[in-house]
Amino acid sequence: MSDTFTFTVDGVEVAAEPGQTILEAAQNAGIYIPRLCHRDGLEPAGACRVCTVMVDGRPQTACNFPASEGVVVDNETDQLLELRRDIIDMLFVEGNHWCMFCEKSGDCELQALAYRFGIAAPSFPFQFPADRQADLSHPDIWIDRDRCILCGRCVRASRDLDGKHVFDFVDRGPAKRIAVNAEARLRDTDADVTDEALEVCPVGALMKKGTGFDVPVGRRTYDWEPIGSEIEKRQTQE
Amino acid sequence: MSKPKIATTSMCGCFGCHMSILDIDERILDLIELVDFHKSPVDDIKEFTDRCAVGLIEGGVSNDENVHVLQSFRENCDMLIAVGGCAINGDIPSMRNKVPLRECLDEAYLHGPTVHNPDGLIPNDPEIPLLLDRVYPCNEVVKIDAFLPGCPPSADTIWTALVAVLNGEPLELPYELIKYD
Repeated sequence: MSDTFTFTVDGVEVAAEPGQTILEAAQNAGIYIPRLCHRDGLEPAGACRVCTVMVDGRPQTACNFPASEGVVVDNETDQLLELRRDIIDMLFVEGNHWCMFCEKSGDCELQALAYRFGIAAPSFPFQFPADRQADLSHPDIWIDRDRCILCGRCVRASRDLDGKHVFDFVDRGPAKRIAVNAEARLRDTDADVTDEALEVCPVGALMKKGTGFDVPVGRRTYDWEPIGSEIEKRQTQE
Repeated sequence: MSKPKIATTSMCGCFGCHMSILDIDERILDLIELVDFHKSPVDDIKEFTDRCAVGLIEGGVSNDENVHVLQSFRENCDMLIAVGGCAINGDIPSMRNKVPLRECLDEAYLHGPTVHNPDGLIPNDPEIPLLLDRVYPCNEVVKIDAFLPGCPPSADTIWTALVAVLNGEPLELPYELIKYD
């Protein structure tokens, strides 16, 4: 522990150990840096850019940028809030996110970030992509690609936590999509309803069958408190 | 001094947002102190005859009549508020945007599993508003000044917004009133 050093986030001094990322160290100090593709316990990917902070004036993704002694990190600036809002806006218009009938609504991290940022309506035109195929073949699990935001959490969880590598990306650019490790269907993979890969999906793209809407409105994760407030509470308790 | 006027309409929606307006319960008595309802399904006034302070738009734009209604609201209202998911992003009706219009009509009138239509005709009477190629969010057709998300927005959301707007205050919704479902 003697290697502990400090740096600042929005002027607040934060302690860190070698090997920690900026996001981890800030989180331990009760500072929430918004993130979407990253989840505790998964290898950081730096894919969604929502966790972008300014490190000594340069934009870096906090989820995979190592903390180092004395760096000055800006997190909650107007510029960064606007950038994060725009990313969330773009994710909403790029897919088909019909929240009103989604089983994940209220527990969805994409939706929760939009709530946290106070987004009443996205500022970009909706794309309504028509090419997002669902896969309902598996008896216990289904994939709804309308809702997929290509964060890659299921890819990493299936590979690193489940040891199965059921999911991966195919194609590039606007055609990029999540695919399964089988000729065509999810039911032909060794995916199982107990896989970690299902737990980590931030949106309603990878879902268990037969469990939708089991928590009533008003008792869901983000009904009353913004995403990240569980981290920010650590700060106030100390 | 006469009270400011409110107009409302339901376009490609389910009237759920209007139900939510009525769901403000006894506060509707306070609302009547603040405003008069003008063109609205609530009082069945069909045409604009006066300038309105606020127009509440429920529903997306799915046919040519919706376009005309929305344009007349823009012309006659100082401020337009898109109320509910359909007005903001098309919501449930916009699920047809994934399917070409011709295929939608074929499924509904010709090939659907419960369809009985021996003449094989798709309704095309000039009295029926012409469907657009897809459902458009309101702000892609006219300028919209404010958005109240939700399916429907809660009565509290609508009430908070109306009170702010009618008192000339900025429309800022607290966390628990921004919901997409």
